[in-house]
Amino acid sequence: MAEEKPEEAPESETAPEATEAAPESGAAPEATEGEPTLGEVVEPRVPLTPEEERALREKFEASTRYVNKKVGSIFFGLLGPKMIKKMARSKIVTPELYDKEGYPVDGGLMDVRLGVIDPGLRCKTCGSKLKECIGHFGYIEIARPVIHINFVKIIHTMLQCSCKECGRVLIEDQNIQKTREQLEQIETDEGVEARRDAVKNFVSSTKKMNKCPHCNAKQEKITLEKPTTFMADAERRITPIEIRSRLEKIPDDDCWVFGVNPESARPEWMVLTVLAIPPVTVRPSITLESGERSEDDLTHKLGDIVRINQRLFENINAGAPEIIVEDLWDLLQYHVTTFFDNEVAQLPPARHRSGQPLKTISERIKSKEGRIRHNLAGKRTNFCARTVISPDTMLAINEVGVPNSVAMKLSVPEIINEWNREYLKKFVENGPTKYPGANYLVRPDGKKKKITEETKEAILEELQPGYVVERHLIDGDISVFNRQPSLHRMSMMCHRVRVLPGRTLRLNPAVCAPYNADFDGDEMNLHIPQTEESRAEAEILLDVQTQLISPGYGGSAIGCIHDGISGNFVLTKFLELERQPAIDLLCAVGIFDVSKLPNKKLITGKEIFSTLLPDDFTFHGKSKNGEEVVVEKGQLIKGVIDQKTVGGEGAGEMIRALQKDYGSQQTIDIIHSIFKLGIEVLLYTGISAPVSDIDLPRAANKKIQELLVQAEEEVAQIIQDFDAGQLEAHPGRTVKETVELRILEILNKARNSCGDTIRDHFTEGLNSTSIISSGARGNILNIVQMAACVGQQALRGKRIDKGYKGRTLSCFKHGDLKPEARGFVRNSFRKGLNPKEFFFHAITGRDSLMDTALRTPKSGYLYRRLANAMQDLKVEHDKTVRDANGRIIQFIYGEDGIDVSRSEKGVINVDRITRQA
Amino acid sequence: MDPTKHALVPKHTKVSEKEKQDLLDTYGITLRELPRILIKDPGLGKLDVKEGDVVKVIRSSPTAGETVFFRRVVAA
Repeated sequence: MAEEKPEEAPESETAPEATEAAPESGAAPEATEGEPTLGEVVEPRVPLTPEEERALREKFEASTRYVNKKVGSIFFGLLGPKMIKKMARSKIVTPELYDKEGYPVDGGLMDVRLGVIDPGLRCKTCGSKLKECIGHFGYIEIARPVIHINFVKIIHTMLQCSCKECGRVLIEDQNIQKTREQLEQIETDEGVEARRDAVKNFVSSTKKMNKCPHCNAKQEKITLEKPTTFMADAERRITPIEIRSRLEKIPDDDCWVFGVNPESARPEWMVLTVLAIPPVTVRPSITLESGERSEDDLTHKLGDIVRINQRLFENINAGAPEIIVEDLWDLLQYHVTTFFDNEVAQLPPARHRSGQPLKTISERIKSKEGRIRHNLAGKRTNFCARTVISPDTMLAINEVGVPNSVAMKLSVPEIINEWNREYLKKFVENGPTKYPGANYLVRPDGKKKKITEETKEAILEELQPGYVVERHLIDGDISVFNRQPSLHRMSMMCHRVRVLPGRTLRLNPAVCAPYNADFDGDEMNLHIPQTEESRAEAEILLDVQTQLISPGYGGSAIGCIHDGISGNFVLTKFLELERQPAIDLLCAVGIFDVSKLPNKKLITGKEIFSTLLPDDFTFHGKSKNGEEVVVEKGQLIKGVIDQKTVGGEGAGEMIRALQKDYGSQQTIDIIHSIFKLGIEVLLYTGISAPVSDIDLPRAANKKIQELLVQAEEEVAQIIQDFDAGQLEAHPGRTVKETVELRILEILNKARNSCGDTIRDHFTEGLNSTSIISSGARGNILNIVQMAACVGQQALRGKRIDKGYKGRTLSCFKHGDLKPEARGFVRNSFRKGLNPKEFFFHAITGRDSLMDTALRTPKSGYLYRRLANAMQDLKVEHDKTVRDANGRIIQFIYGEDGIDVSRSEKGVINVDRITRQA
Repeated sequence: MDPTKHALVPKHTKVSEKEKQDLLDTYGITLRELPRILIKDPGLGKLDVKEGDVVKVIRSSPTAGETVFFRRVVAA
């Protein structure tokens, strides 16, 4: 197979003649032969009789109707002049588009034989209507050959590596055969990529030859003057005519060493003598409101080519001086070049009169907005919705709240049968404006009818089994919910629809973690599967509960967050309620069976929490502060509930254990009630982060000040030692680095001891302490920064040393190493920062902002490349990981053969299993 | 310096012809499907291997503690 040459080449399936036609056109130079002609009409236009038209049309349709083949392979080749003429339905001879009546000119660029773009007309070639006719190619004879810009490079190497006299490759006969065999071998061994590299190596070694081993002719040095001019020995210009004749001389057998298959791509076809004119359907003109026609960019460009080509013909025939002919020839080359690629580096792009560059063939295909990435790889879908999201804890974890207005636009098709006829009738009766109604009726023949107030009555009459009603969304419908970037499989999960008032999509905050969503304006997408198969697939594979255990870390991706955690912490740690408030709490959560509560006056929080657990549940774990958490027979006996037991993102060990013992469905129900219980508890007790949390007792304040002063003294001592040259360097460090390290260490230690002091003075209760120690939000450092000392501001892991020469701000002395001169913020946020501190704080604040803004796209791209590189790796039945070629990547998956999504955080918990057995 | 003595360089040993055949048979593969190692790889050290040989690599693994890997030797 030849190297890939993307061009408007038809793949073999649609044009079976491609391969047959190619060899016979072989080396014969057909287009350059004879006198250039102009104005010759290829076939006189005979008006078709209706019978002829019908016959033509039937013949065409028959040829297209029953294409029932599988595409086995695709190959890319070049279009030779013969092939172009064979494909063409019309020879283009005039740049005029329309005559005085506005009818397309015969032999013009909008020739009616090239396809239809106007509604109501029939194609003069195939007889089919607009949208049915795919269009037909035309061609023009080019007066003098021009080079195809996309092949300049390979033309160059071919000229360099072949003899100018005999056309043979500049290596001995036996080597040609050998090289060819080597290439074949490399391709079977290492693939096409390696073969291309081998061709490159071959070329670079061959082009140095300056004498032909076949005919002993001396070779010229051929250089390329970009974009399309070739020079011999840097003094003589080689015309495209000469280039073409040299390429023609290269024998078929020699082409292979260039990686070119002469059957599908004869080298001389890279120099154009005939240009294929794309069908009008490729470049449709649009009619403006004023009735004026506006032509496509390609049509404009083709018009230029035809015009210049005509002038060139005329000048040649009139025997004009060679200078004029050459000028026109260059101009023609320019137009043909920009027709293919209008972004050639050395050429000014062809422009509209408005000055905006024309969009020609290359620009249509490449880049993000091009055909490939925009139209082919970019998928769009119907039956979807996108809006802002907001939280709703009362929704089940696998539900999604859908706004009324959305529910009336999206629909689910339901086929009428005898049993649901009356049920579906009600939807049709409601029509499209009353919820729950229906928008469309689909007849068995596929005709779609919109249901409106007017057509409603008639449609109701028509309803019968086999018809399909597209009814509004109702509660319980299957949907697929997604948030970008869709980085893992939990980014798309199946939720049940819950139609709600309001204008946002609602979701349970427990699933924020897998979607990585928050409610600061995030938007999400909702898709409604339209077939039974897709609905079944969504339910079985994408349901939230099936995604509970993350294959990334073997823990629950879903769990309680924020109030769900701190609420249960407060409940299980502090609370003791009377019977009535305890029952109220459970009822609010949706638990009405209170028989599990012990029959006594005061009920502890642990007992209330236990009612949510299955009766035979046993669990041993640790809480965040390292204490044991014990659940025996569904009773929380010991320990408090916190982030490590019920949290999400792999933290919740109890959730992992629940899933293992009771399955996903029951687990998400339990997560939901635990979450709700936490929130209800906090509604009952109240919780806040008051300013008093950062009020410190006088003793604590004093202690902190002492700690800071002490640290500063220590630092001063180190600086003094350093200045005196007495400081000993750490191994492998310079003295300067050592000072920095020691200072940083002391200052960090100081702040940490501030933290310890604050911790000692914590008043436990319904305040920040509970929020922090439950792991719901925040950490001790936040409190330290507010109450005691903001601490060292670090820039790239070091103290701040930028700014002025040798100092950070102009108010410091040169080389000042004191903490406050290098970004140490001694004050707390509460006390307030002084101007210098404020400035340092702003520096690191801005830096981290920049950092996140710049890092996100970079890591996103890195991830994308990783995902693309590994997308077809697969674990086989013998536990090996193999790629698409069956090559082994790992002998045992993950080197331990464990399916993480069935493990507990990546390990098989043998202890638990034996305990159960 | 001898890189094969370094703590981070896993142990490479040559696989006998019989073991090699057994390996290929257990996985139902040909040499082509095996991961590769360059003949001049410093990890091979003074191991007497030629193109087409298979080496066994025993290395520590964060998940499995120790894991066995096989590579076929390829020329540059």
